[in-house]
Amino acid sequence: MGAISSGLPRTLTGWGRTASTVAKLVTPTSTDEIAEAVRTRSGRGVLARGLGRSYGDAAQNAGGLVLDLCGLDELHSVDPDTGVIDVDAGASLDALIRRLLPLGLFVPVTPGTRQVTVGGAIAADIHGKNHHVQGSFGNHVQSLDLLCADGTVRTIGPDREPELFWCTVGGMGLTGIVLRARIRMMPVETAYCVVDTERADNLDDLMARLAEDDHRYTYSVAWFDAVATGARLGRAVLTRGWNATRDQLPQRLRGAPLKFTAKERLSAPPVFPNGLLNRATIGVFNELWFRKAPRERRGEIQTISQFFHPLDALRDWNRVYGPRGFVQYQFVAPFGAEETLRRCVERISSSPHVSFLNVLKRFGDGNPAPLSFPAPGWTLAVDMPAAPGLGQLLDELDEWIADAGGRLYLAKDSRMTSAVLRRMYPRLDEWSRIRHSVDPDGVFTSDLSRRLTL
Amino acid sequence: MIDAVGNPQSVLLLGGTSDIGLAIVQRYARQRPLRVVLAARPSARLEAAAERLMTLGCTVHSVPFDARDPNGHQTVVDKAFAHGDIDLAVVAFGVLGDQERAWQDVQVARELAEVNYVAPVSLGVLLAERMRAQGHGSIVALSSVAGERVRRSNFVYGSGKAGMDGFFLGLGEALRPHGVRVCVVRPGFVRTKMTDGLDAAPLSVTAEDVATAVVEGVRAGKELVWVPGPLRWVMSALRHVPRALFRRLPM
Ligand SMILES: Cc1cc2nc3c(=O)[nH]c(=O)nc-3n(C[C@H](O)[C@H](O)[C@H](O)COP(=O)(O)OP(=O)(O)OC[C@H]3O[C@@H](n4cnc5c(N)ncnc54)[C@H](O)[C@@H]3O)c2cc1C
Ligand SMILES: NC(=O)c1ccc[n+]([C@@H]2O[C@H](COP(=O)([O-])OP(=O)(O)OC[C@H]3O[C@@H](n4cnc5c(N)ncnc54)[C@H](OP(=O)(O)O)[C@@H]3O)[C@@H](O)[C@H]2O)c1
Repeated sequence: MGAISSGLPRTLTGWGRTASTVAKLVTPTSTDEIAEAVRTRSGRGVLARGLGRSYGDAAQNAGGLVLDLCGLDELHSVDPDTGVIDVDAGASLDALIRRLLPLGLFVPVTPGTRQVTVGGAIAADIHGKNHHVQGSFGNHVQSLDLLCADGTVRTIGPDREPELFWCTVGGMGLTGIVLRARIRMMPVETAYCVVDTERADNLDDLMARLAEDDHRYTYSVAWFDAVATGARLGRAVLTRGWNATRDQLPQRLRGAPLKFTAKERLSAPPVFPNGLLNRATIGVFNELWFRKAPRERRGEIQTISQFFHPLDALRDWNRVYGPRGFVQYQFVAPFGAEETLRRCVERISSSPHVSFLNVLKRFGDGNPAPLSFPAPGWTLAVDMPAAPGLGQLLDELDEWIADAGGRLYLAKDSRMTSAVLRRMYPRLDEWSRIRHSVDPDGVFTSDLSRRLTL
Repeated sequence: MIDAVGNPQSVLLLGGTSDIGLAIVQRYARQRPLRVVLAARPSARLEAAAERLMTLGCTVHSVPFDARDPNGHQTVVDKAFAHGDIDLAVVAFGVLGDQERAWQDVQVARELAEVNYVAPVSLGVLLAERMRAQGHGSIVALSSVAGERVRRSNFVYGSGKAGMDGFFLGLGEALRPHGVRVCVVRPGFVRTKMTDGLDAAPLSVTAEDVATAVVEGVRAGKELVWVPGPLRWVMSALRHVPRALFRRLPM
């Protein structure tokens, strides 16, 4: 237990590499050690951390204790009939895919990177390209074991203490520590996808195409150009598809249809200057990317890593934004608020702040979790270097989005205000009440919870 | 917390009536209202400053503070942190004094040394202790070009600034591994109540100019900020001027 009390001071940031703070970081290797750490925490509380892929300050706890859960990653069991697995919260989706794909099981929801933990996936209630048909991660959790502030471990699920379960899903680690979870995996015949690619000339064209036949696809997403303005504003490349069946594969792949191939990860060089990604370089890149995409191509076979996780091929790609770091801004605007979405895209494109990775997608129905992000509507994500003036631009967009009944994603947020959060998540009081009932003293604390007085 | 784009949620201003300090706080408050602690000697000026910040939407607490009462410093800091974390502390108090009296009258010399050097060191240590425990925070220390190369014309003031400048630069290094940043600010001539009645030096600026540079410096995590920026080059040239020549420069 010595290792737990003598955790070393570590500087932590999120994936955006902004607003670093220092906490005592320990890596427990058993649930006993986790319980011991929670019991002996200091006045500044304790927080679970997964792979640190949230962009802002969600997985930091300045001056307090942070438990790196990645040391707890055992896969306890796999039920081949139901596809339900029992796994430790520190296991990464990457490890699960590598282990389970050969058995014909795929994760029910995958974000744009495989490098997230099961605990992080539950705490942020993550979504993938299939949200419009299959919902978010929490929808696929059968039950989970939660270590609470009083030291008890409760097994909760949608039919067992549902209120606490749904407050833990999307609860950003603030209800307790998820130790282990039972998750329904998705049966697949192959490790490939069938992908349709098409280009949209502008934002109207893009939204029309997505609205028209998204329901036909299991997976759907669009990359759009946030630098082009005028008639080409919002020009985009849509990639949509399904998990491939064995018959859909070309002959040469049918021998080992479940073979998972992900290229060796190359590290980005450690030092990039601020301002490498600017309007000129991004403009050139966007033009090439858009031109390179086929106007229309149907039925292409892609591997799972090509289709879902292209960024994972380059480790530490977040460093290209330079030492100042960057902000990812993701919101959802409800259906009917298309004008707000358009105004936001126009405002970003005409601002001096350029965004490189821009994604637009339609969400389907949300789930019962009060702080879950996905809700029916359009979700847009942009990445921008943390340059002077960015704060004012995003404060302005916050107001428009809140006015339209939309919201921001906490797993990506690093700068919104508590007042704006309260407007965007009208069920926050309900969440706070339940959290207060299990953690009256706020033992589970993060920089995000301090910033947003959660 | 200071967020990803540099907005603090709480500020402690030591020297709660300083024109430069208040310009900094107001610059932040205009972006987003925040919780402010003004540490100062009680006065009508202090009340007016609190009033102004409240009209900008800030929550304001005032804490009595006299730099020349070292035994009271601990209490000042305890009170300032009583309502939660302090994200940003601005060390803005200082006295210029009458420079010719200052080197000939021991009382005046002592006041300048205490206010410009001893008190900043004492508060720096106390702030560091609190912020280390928080695991985050920024300290802005108002030094001066007068401390970069101390001149005959104001060497009592300048030597105090030179000392506090060195202390806070060093403190910044010591606090780096603890998540706390220190930003030392070296303004040139600023038109404030401190310099009221003096002839403005070349490259003079306003308190608002200093505030703009400080807000940007803190956001970017800078350790040293010159206001105006070009002073850095002027001073680094002056630093190497031989003493015999330096003596004859009209400054
Ligand atoms: C390239 C990239 C692409 C992404 N794409 C998507 C996407 O498409 N969709 C999407 O939804 N998200 C996406 N994300 C965000 C990411 O999925 C979430 O931030 C996720 O929570 C990260 O998981 P993590 O293990 O890294 O958690 P961390 O970032 O370490 O922690 C995130 C939160 O989870 C809590 N937490 C972690 N483990 C536990 C636990 N065991 N018990 C309780 N709380 C815990 C932490 O306290 C924190 O609040 C992307 C991120 C990156 C870097
Ligand atoms: N103005 C310039 O040209 C210039 C240039 C470079 C650096 N600086 C530095 O910038 C800082 C702010 O200066 P400023 O221009 O804003 O001047 P200012 O308005 O005169 O502010 C200085 C403040 O220090 C306070 N103070 C003095 N003695 C004190 C004591 N014993 N206890 C508590 N507070 C005391 C004063 O408070 P009271 O209201 O109680 O008197 C005053 O508000 C100072 O450190 C100064 O040295 C100024």
